Parts: sequence; C-alpha cells; structure tokens
Amino acid sequence: MKKVLSVLLILALVFGLAACGGGETAEEPAGDEALKVGFIYIGTKNDGGFTQAHHEGTMAMEEYFGGKVTTIIKEGVDDTDKQAAKEAALGMIDQGASVIVACSFGFMDALDELANDPAYADIKFLHFSGYKMNDTNFGNYFGATEEPRYLSGIVAGMQTETNKLGYVAAFPYTEVQIGINAFTLGAQSVNPDVEVKVVYINSWYDPAQEKAAAEALLAQGCDVITQHCDTTGPQVAAAEKGVYAIGYNMDNSAVVPESFLTAPIWHHEEFLIATIQAIMDGTWTPESYYGTMADGYVDLAPMTDLVPAETKAAVEAVKAQIIAGEKPIFVGPIYDNAGNLVVPEGTTLDRGGIWETNYLVKGVTAVQ
Amino acid sequence: MNFIKITKRDDLPRNKAILIRGVAILLSLICAGLVMLIFGLEPIKIYTEIINGSLGSEMRIKQTIIKAIPLVITSLGILVAFKMKFWNIGAEGQIIMGAMAAAYVALNYGETPKPVLLLLMVIASMLAGGIWAFIPAFFKAKMGTNETIFTLMMNYIAIKFVTYLQYGPWKDPGAQGFPKIAQFGDNAVLPAVFGIHAGWIIALILVVLMYIFINHTKKGYEITVVGESLETARYAGMNIKSIIITAMLISGGLCGLTGMIQASAIERTLTSGISAGYGFTAIITAWLARLNAIAVLVVCILFAMLIQGGAYLQIAMNVPESVASLVQGSVLFFVLGSDFFIQYKVSLQGLFRKKNAEEGGAA
Repeated sequence: MKKVLSVLLILALVFGLAACGGGETAEEPAGDEALKVGFIYIGTKNDGGFTQAHHEGTMAMEEYFGGKVTTIIKEGVDDTDKQAAKEAALGMIDQGASVIVACSFGFMDALDELANDPAYADIKFLHFSGYKMNDTNFGNYFGATEEPRYLSGIVAGMQTETNKLGYVAAFPYTEVQIGINAFTLGAQSVNPDVEVKVVYINSWYDPAQEKAAAEALLAQGCDVITQHCDTTGPQVAAAEKGVYAIGYNMDNSAVVPESFLTAPIWHHEEFLIATIQAIMDGTWTPESYYGTMADGYVDLAPMTDLVPAETKAAVEAVKAQIIAGEKPIFVGPIYDNAGNLVVPEGTTLDRGGIWETNYLVKGVTAVQ
Repeated sequence: MNFIKITKRDDLPRNKAILIRGVAILLSLICAGLVMLIFGLEPIKIYTEIINGSLGSEMRIKQTIIKAIPLVITSLGILVAFKMKFWNIGAEGQIIMGAMAAAYVALNYGETPKPVLLLLMVIASMLAGGIWAFIPAFFKAKMGTNETIFTLMMNYIAIKFVTYLQYGPWKDPGAQGFPKIAQFGDNAVLPAVFGIHAGWIIALILVVLMYIFINHTKKGYEITVVGESLETARYAGMNIKSIIITAMLISGGLCGLTGMIQASAIERTLTSGISAGYGFTAIITAWLARLNAIAVLVVCILFAMLIQGGAYLQIAMNVPESVASLVQGSVLFFVLGSDFFIQYKVSLQGLFRKKNAEEGGAA
C-alpha cells in the first residue's frame, strides 16, 4: 500500500511541476515574412576573437535589416566532425532557415554535400574561408588578410628589441601560411634582421593550447606575440610576460591594455549585409567573395598608445598605398625558408597566386 | 548500531523489479526537472520539446534514427563482451579502426563497383575492429591482463593513428595543404533506403541475429556461462580462452562495422573524431538494456531521441544542449541506483526497533 501511495505522490509532484511549467507558453510571434539565416560557429560567440568577430557581424547585419531578417545561432560546433555540421545545418533548415552561413573552414564538406543535395536546392549556403562552391546555391567568402597582416608586421618589426617575433598558428595550411608570410614581409620591410618563430597548434580553437604555445615562444626570447588562432590566449600570455601582443580578429585593447598593439580584424557585416540584401532581392548568385581593405571588409584595428607616433605614421602611409591599390603584398623576389626562389623578380602575386602558397618565406622557422 | 539494515534479496518477482525501474526513471526525470527549474527553465516544456525535436517532423525522425544506428550496433558489440563480464571500454577505438580499414578500401579501390566495394569495406572494417579487440582479449586470455585499462588505452592509440594518417600518408593533396583525408567517391557511400542510409537495415538484422546468438546457440550459451561463473565453465569443460577470444572478435567486429557505416554514410571520409562518443554512450545503453538485444534497440532509440532532442533544444529554443546531457546523466544515475534496490533489501526498522533486526545473511 505504501508503494501505491508513494507512486501517487510522485505523480502528484509531476503534475505539480507541469502546472508551474505550463504558465508562460506564449511564444514571440516571429514575422513569417522575415528571412531566417542560420549561423554555425566553431567557438563561442564571446571567445574574444574569431567567433566573436563573426557574431558581431551577424548582429550588425540583423540590426541593419531591422526585423526583416532573423538569425539562428549554433555555437561550439566541432569542425572536424562532418556530422555535427550537417546536423546543425539541418536543424536550422528544420526551423525555417533558408540561408545557412558556416563560419569555419572545416564545415566545407558538410555544406558541399547539403548544397548539392536536391532536397536542399532552395536553401542558400555561404561558407567562410573554404574553396568549394557551385553555380546555384553555394558560395564562399573570405578576405585579403594579407593586407592588414603586412601592416601588423610593420608594427611588430619596429617594436621588437630582440628581433624575434612569435606567431601562434593553427594549421600548416595555405590560409595560415599566407598570413605568416605577409606578417614576416611587413616586419622585414622595416627591420631586415627580424626572425619569425611559428608554433602550430593543429587546432583553430583551443584556448589553453593557444596560450601554452605563446608561452613557449616567449621562452625563446620573442618580444612581440601574434597569432592565427581564435582566442585571446596568446595575448594574455604576452601580457603576463610584460611584452607586446598583436591580436587577430578583434580589437582587444580593452582586454589586454598593457600589451595590445593592434590586430588584423574583420568587418563581416560588410559581406553579410550586401549578400543578404541580394538574396532578398533575388539577385544573388554564388560567388567566391574576397574582401579587401579598400572594401572595408578587413582592416587593422586602431593602433594603441603603446605604438610610437613615427611607427603609426609609417603604417598609415603603407595603409593608404594598399587601399589605393598601389601596394601589392607579395612582390618578387621572394625566397622560401629553404632558400628556394618562390616568386621571381618582377612578379607580383594576384589572388590566385597568393592562394597557391605552400611555403613559408625566408626568416620564418616553424615547429609543429 | 546499524539503523539501516541491508540484506541481499534472493529472488524478486519480475514485475516488482520492473516497478522499481519505472519509479527510478520517473524519479530521474523529476530530479532533472528540479535542476531545470533552478536554472529558470520549464521542465515540462523542455521534455515535450525534446520529444517534439526528436519525432516532430520527418527530418527530425530521420536524424533520430541516424543517431540510433551507430548506438544500436555498438551496443550489440559491447553486449557480447559484457555478457562474458569482459569489460570492453574500447568500442571507440574499434569503431575508429573499422572506419580506417573501410577508408583504406574506399580510397584505394574507389573504382570497384558499388556493391562489391561496400562489401569489401564491411569485411575490412569488421576485421580491423575485431583485431583491435583481439589484442586485449589475447592478453587477457593468456596473461590475465586487466581488460578495462587495456581496451581504454587502445582507444587513444587508434585516435593518434588516424591523426598520423591525416597529417601524413593519407593527407588529401587537393585540400590546399589542410590536414584532412580526402572524401570518398560515390561508390563508397551507403545507399539510402526510405530516405535514411541503409545502416538501419543492418542494425535491425543484427538485433535479431544477436538475440538468437545469445539465447539460442551453443556459443552464446557458453559466453553467458563464462560471464556468470568461470568455475562452472571450467567444470563443464569449456575452452574459456577460446570463448573469450571469439566473443571479443565478434564484439570488436560489430564496433568496427559501426565505424564503416559512419565513415561511409555520414562523414564520407575518415576523421579522428568519427566515433563521436558513440563507443562510450553505447556502454550506457547496453547496460541500461540489461544486455538484452531487443531491449538494446528500444534503449538506443530513446537515447537517440535525447541526443537529437537536445540538439533541437539549442537551435529552436536557445537552451543549452547540456540540458539533454543532464537528463541522460540523471536517468543513468537513478536506473543504475535502482539495481541496488533490486538486488538488496533495505529496511529502516533498525531506526525504530533497535533490537531484533530480521534474519537473513548480511550483504
């Protein structure tokens, strides 16, 4: 009998919970007219770097369209697991999203598979940093980061005293190598003796490892730390050691004010607003977008007061040349770090040439 | 001074055991619900949305089944080992090695006609998974090593091995230097049946086969006897070493097959994360299913609903996915806890009548 009683009691509890749970079920009436855009992020939207930069672009875009566009976000999607990315995209489509934006290189194959599946022919797919696309519903976008990277190299080259610059990098892969090379060439343009030491961490997003790699570089005497990875880890490591940091993705002058010089940054809203507008107008066709500093898509964050006035002036002068289209970044002769001539005298790399990079330039040493 | 008296139960009526488990599940939902309330979430709404998110539309049902397939097959693999009380914690590694062998076939013989290629991939994956399980089984049978630690460590070797392939010999030359393995050709991709990859048919067939194997074959009986009492098995003249090794070959082979299915139908390539934790979740599902093949099917579908519903929660309601993990953890805690009450009788009389505690052997 006691058992029957206890079961009854439990049931009463459950219904009690149901009662207090059932109170506020009124859902916000989302406009049916609104275009729903799903964003798949690799990290968290407050990671202080890569994903936060994307998210700020997302928010700016949403605000710009004021109710005509709603967004669905999924954070922390593993970009080495195709299933995770596919599921995130399908979940968003199930929720009514008609545009899927995937913000990490590793999401490429998942998007490629879905975009080419006839079941999702009506959905538009935009992929950040990949090289796959199709003619109907799948485009990609990226930016000429070599431009702000080069400028940040100038800052580092003028700022260093040990002539050793540390670079925490994700993967030994073209996109990353372009950044390392541009940074190194920028630094060498003002300081020919400069050495760049790279540590690959084989992950885009790993706060602890990013910081540990920076600490290893600091131990080797680097006095300016920069990065191609997602979080503030390397900047924090530099601040703890009392040396300078050049970030990536975000202006973190408020996070590490004692160390932060500048950072190559993104304005993703530049791409998103124009693209979403074109999708709403029905004029969008898949493209491989490559935003430059002149487009306002990539930029160098304002240099902090830690940077002397003459350095600032030197950087601003080159920046103006780049924006005016008078200053290509990769101009021969360029040698790789094994001594081979990779860009002959008189040759200037265009976008296609830049994206064939599979080497590191002279002056760089890398450990994996 | 023992206020609480714990005594072993000899035989609890079947329906009473079911009642205890039912109450445990109910309690687990209430407990998880209370935690949700503390965090300002509405438990009933969350539960209905988990069901809605896993079964509410055709696409959601498909996603749930897609998640149930690897769980079912891996659970069956684990079941064989656990039946024998061989604690195979190495399903993750066996899945990965199976996927690796399947990938080897897919990447090198991609031009082979589809049915032949898929069959070769299945055979290769089951062999590789079986070998990966055979190694700890061999050492257990010959030298009495601890299989829990051994199989667990084998997982990490498998993961690192795939990482090596990804960065080294199998790196896709067409990926701008990015360390990943190339996608399979179309011939290496499992076909869809009713909109879901054919893995679901394999899973259903295996459930039936496993049920027959364990309950109606000599080998299955021997495995059960070895699990229940080594002494009995020895007395009956069974070849224990051979039984351990055969069972582990089957166990690892099934896990390897999961790897092939995931590599072929889901990832269409090999990644070091291909097992996606299924090898560990399947330990839970096999255990909750009381090592019964038919129950495995039911439990795995319920778990797949929790996983899919949890993913839905985040996208649809902006509720952290971890809410579903909370429910999972809570169910596991209470159901495993209920086993204690099924096997032992706990009486509080000691509190009131200190003197004459009841008879019965102490636990």
